[in-house]
Amino acid sequence: MMNNRSETPPSAAPPAVHAHGLTVRRGTGRTPRTVLDDIAFDVPRGRITGLLGPSGCGKSTLMRAIVGTQAHVTGTLDVLGHPAGHPALRSRIGYVTQAPSVYDDLTVRQNLDYFAAVLDPGRAAADRRREAVTRAITDVDLTARADALAGNLSGGQRSRVSLAVALLGSPELLVLDEPTVGLDPVLRRDLWNLFHDITATRGATLLVSSHVMDEAERCHDLLLMREGRILAQDTPDALRTRTHATTVEEGFLRLVDEANAKANAHADADSDAAASNVTALREQTR
Amino acid sequence: MNAARTTATAARVLRQLRHDPRSIALMLLVPVLMLTLLRYVFDGSPRTFDTIGASLLGIFPLITMFLVTSIATLRERTSGTLERLLAMPLGKGDLIAGYALAFGAVAVVQSLLATGLALWLLGLDVVGSPWLLLLVALLDALLGTALGLFVSAFAASEFQAVQFMPAVIFPQLLLCGLFAARDTMQPVLSGLSDVLPMSYAVDGMTQVLTHTDMTADFVRDTVVVAACALLVLALGAATLRRRTP
Repeated sequence: MMNNRSETPPSAAPPAVHAHGLTVRRGTGRTPRTVLDDIAFDVPRGRITGLLGPSGCGKSTLMRAIVGTQAHVTGTLDVLGHPAGHPALRSRIGYVTQAPSVYDDLTVRQNLDYFAAVLDPGRAAADRRREAVTRAITDVDLTARADALAGNLSGGQRSRVSLAVALLGSPELLVLDEPTVGLDPVLRRDLWNLFHDITATRGATLLVSSHVMDEAERCHDLLLMREGRILAQDTPDALRTRTHATTVEEGFLRLVDEANAKANAHADADSDAAASNVTALREQTR
Repeated sequence: MNAARTTATAARVLRQLRHDPRSIALMLLVPVLMLTLLRYVFDGSPRTFDTIGASLLGIFPLITMFLVTSIATLRERTSGTLERLLAMPLGKGDLIAGYALAFGAVAVVQSLLATGLALWLLGLDVVGSPWLLLLVALLDALLGTALGLFVSAFAASEFQAVQFMPAVIFPQLLLCGLFAARDTMQPVLSGLSDVLPMSYAVDGMTQVLTHTDMTADFVRDTVVVAACALLVLALGAATLRRRTP
């Protein structure tokens, strides 16, 4: 476990997500912003990979690219053996956006009933759907509120409804954008137990983003991001060992400092070069 | 397209509406009240009530469905549910047909109430069959749904969405022949009214008002309205993007 680096995947199976030279530009007009800049990484199958980094570093854009709802994606991005956004992937990926995307004017169960009907349509599948809905509601611990309108629930409860929708249809890959924001510690622990249970017993792959570093310790693998680039891909243990840190947060900060120092060194070298050019120019004109 | 996904979507839209009884009441009762008002405004000239009343039977469903659909699809876009649905195996056609089906059903109820009241209680004098009135009303509702769906793509907020109502509907209302006969307008405007779908909706209603049988003009008018509705629905489908820029 300690030495599981990105170049030696933990299992022989191909990774759930494979990215190479992945670049995303956003915004229209003459100056599109580069949100993801030539990044490469793998998300191993059957494990929980944490996508960590400060807000605005491109986590959500990367997740949208993986589920296929992001435009202007260039480079290689393969998801479960298909290029990202392939129609065959739509029933195999569960996706939870940062803001809960559910209908406020429907009850919890009505929300799930509808999304279940989209995933598994037809009258013949009605029994299967009912089971899936009940299981998803139980998974996120909302059985007592199943007949409440989603709009009347608390923020944390609404985001759990959104998570329950993603759990329908037992997806092979779950992409969860900050699923634990605004939850109390007990619920957060319960959800992480659920995530581990989903990978262990249902064999699913989880990609979970967070900007809270203490959640990193609960992941099998980590992708650390900063300003549109992957800073490191490692297990929590290996990251701590490599950076001689006691927590992942400390390790992350050391990597950021290193990256900054390197960037400054480059900038200094550039300005040195510019300065010597100017001197050369002066000498020529003299 | 998948029939089960379409009907599931229509059922979901109606279920959302059921949690909002006030909206249902407004959609069903406002046309009835307006027609009643109109009847007594033209108390002294029943002929005027006949022409304007018949035209309004076609215009009400168009306006109501335009407003309801543009707000409903705007909400779908801003709440993130549209992104979620399009990341799922739902066809754009399923979503749009689902909306059209659900609001079409509401439009049938609305038109039944308004037509029934106008014909049997307010004494609206129609020569043709009331079923043809209902048919035109339903096509108008479909056109309203289509236009609402389409403009919601250009609205960033509910504020903007409701402002599209006067921008898209009022010019058609002024040019449709309700206020002045279309061929007496300034030639440019008369030509413009020939390409606006609401003109055909109102013409169709007038045909039913004055002829016992289905005339060739009536068939042409209904075909134009239906074709416009389908065209705009297709344009609306094109505005639903799976990928956010």
